[in-house]
Amino acid sequence: MAIVEARELRKTYRVADKAPGMRGTMRHLLRRKYRDIEAVRGINLKIEPGEVVGFLGPNGAGKTTTLKMLTGLMHPSGGTVEVAGHVPYRRESALLRQITLVMGNKQQLLWDLPAADSLRVNVAVYGLSDSEGQRRIDELCERLGLKEELRQPVRKLSLGQRMKCELVAALLHRPRVLFLDEPTLGLDIDAQSAVRSFLREYNREQGSAILLTSHYMADITALCERVVVIDKGLILYDGTLAGVVERFAPLREVKVQTAEPIPPEVLTSYGTVEEHTGRTARLLIDREALTPTLDRLLAEHVVEDLSVQEPPIEEVIRQLFGSGIERAAASGNASPDEVPEPVEAA
Amino acid sequence: MLSRPVRLSKAYMAQAYTFMTVYRGELFLWMIATSLPIIMMGIWVEAGESGAFPGFGPVEAARYFIAVFIVRQFTVCWVIYDFEYQVVTGKLSSRLMHPADPAWYFVTNHLADQAIRAPFCIGLLALCFVIQPQALWGDSSIGGEHGWWTPSLQQVGAAVVATYTAFALRFLMQYTLAMLSFWHERVAASDAVLMVPYTFLSGLVIPLQLLPEPLDLWVFYTPFPYMVWWPATLLAGGDAGFMQPLLVVTGWLGGLYALNRFVWWRGLKHYSAMGA
Repeated sequence: MAIVEARELRKTYRVADKAPGMRGTMRHLLRRKYRDIEAVRGINLKIEPGEVVGFLGPNGAGKTTTLKMLTGLMHPSGGTVEVAGHVPYRRESALLRQITLVMGNKQQLLWDLPAADSLRVNVAVYGLSDSEGQRRIDELCERLGLKEELRQPVRKLSLGQRMKCELVAALLHRPRVLFLDEPTLGLDIDAQSAVRSFLREYNREQGSAILLTSHYMADITALCERVVVIDKGLILYDGTLAGVVERFAPLREVKVQTAEPIPPEVLTSYGTVEEHTGRTARLLIDREALTPTLDRLLAEHVVEDLSVQEPPIEEVIRQLFGSGIERAAASGNASPDEVPEPVEAA
Repeated sequence: MLSRPVRLSKAYMAQAYTFMTVYRGELFLWMIATSLPIIMMGIWVEAGESGAFPGFGPVEAARYFIAVFIVRQFTVCWVIYDFEYQVVTGKLSSRLMHPADPAWYFVTNHLADQAIRAPFCIGLLALCFVIQPQALWGDSSIGGEHGWWTPSLQQVGAAVVATYTAFALRFLMQYTLAMLSFWHERVAASDAVLMVPYTFLSGLVIPLQLLPEPLDLWVFYTPFPYMVWWPATLLAGGDAGFMQPLLVVTGWLGGLYALNRFVWWRGLKHYSAMGA
């Protein structure tokens, strides 16, 4: 049974629509205009216990809005959502004891006090005994490599130390579902790696489900087997990480070395020429046309060496977010018409 | 094992107390800012000496405004500013993720503030008695029956109950108003509007027994006299009644609490967790 389930989840914001300048201000003062923004447009999502899901999408795609609805911070405009058998926005204590939200750009620890003071509050908030609370704090600190840091004011900690302290605060009650919004944002490479290792271990030991958003592909590749790609409020892909390449990377890179130089005008008949020096060339060939194209190449020339490579996942995602998902999908395997359709959870 | 509410209060109070000790200098300045009753004391003592208000001479005036000063220290409320800040910056989100109503945090913050104010308050009180020594031991030369200002245990008990009821009333009123920030991001200004009736109808600047008719008839049906005048008069040894005012205040508290919960659940629907 899914621990997170959203059906046709939507959120529409109403925002003021004001023209710039004095004239716009006066007009807005006298006659207010609003427009609706559909941040999430009917998504379906299922996450099983223990699953780690990467939630990907460009800025403004609807990732954080979805997280806010799944955690109950925000009421949906439509659709249904259940987390651990509860409707999140009802804020039932039984649910809040099973979930947590970590935001890379926000903190729950008080800035001016040592983290230990905020952790004591969390021990009481989650109804843990003092001894049990201390035991869990010690255990988490040991894993995250925290010692004296808990006794320093939070504002005096480095970004990495602060995030580790945030994780202690967020995981003290051993939640079954973790919603992580950019948990490694701004951290250096070592701190990112430490947070990733910790999360991987935590997931393995506690069997908690994790929904993770991150712009660092290393987070996704290290932690998630499944990814959900969202853009303009719609889920465009829900499946394995490797499947992202299949779906959104239509070209394959082919490196070829021939016995005799091939004229450039001949090479272009096989694909897009990226590099060409004498007998070696690097081509980009459409995935659909790869096999017949290579058959023709091998039949027409004496090939000494040939390799076919998939583009790295990081590059695919970077291009995906940079050029627009719809465009990438349109040029890829999926037909543009099917792109906006919400995808059922895998 | 302590019950959960006690443990929660203890933990939040300890955190808030630690937090406020970091900013004790600022707190002292805030306390100075509540010294209006000391200024009013000077004015009303002089008015009392003129004999313009029978039954309200300089000793009564000094005792009343010293009592007002004490009551103010325990009823200062700023929740509207804090709540608005937490909503606008999205900081409320982390409190909403906890299985405890955020009201715990806000109430205990105020209680911790009261605890940390106490030593400063005693210092300023001593200063009041230096300025108006007759408040302490009375003054037989000006007529009336004035002995030492030694409120009975019963008076102090009634004043303590009235003071905390006043705090609850003021807190609940401001907290309910604060929730409008779910709809409009700048609501702290509405507290400034509320300050007008609060200043003039609470007894902060005018002892309410001196109000002219018919104002004195309807003003006691508003919540304002119970925010300052009622507890201060009880502490100063005056006649303000106990059961009847308590009933009126309980009615207001019940109504405000119901309104507060209604606005809270409606407001949460509008919360967009900005910045978070």
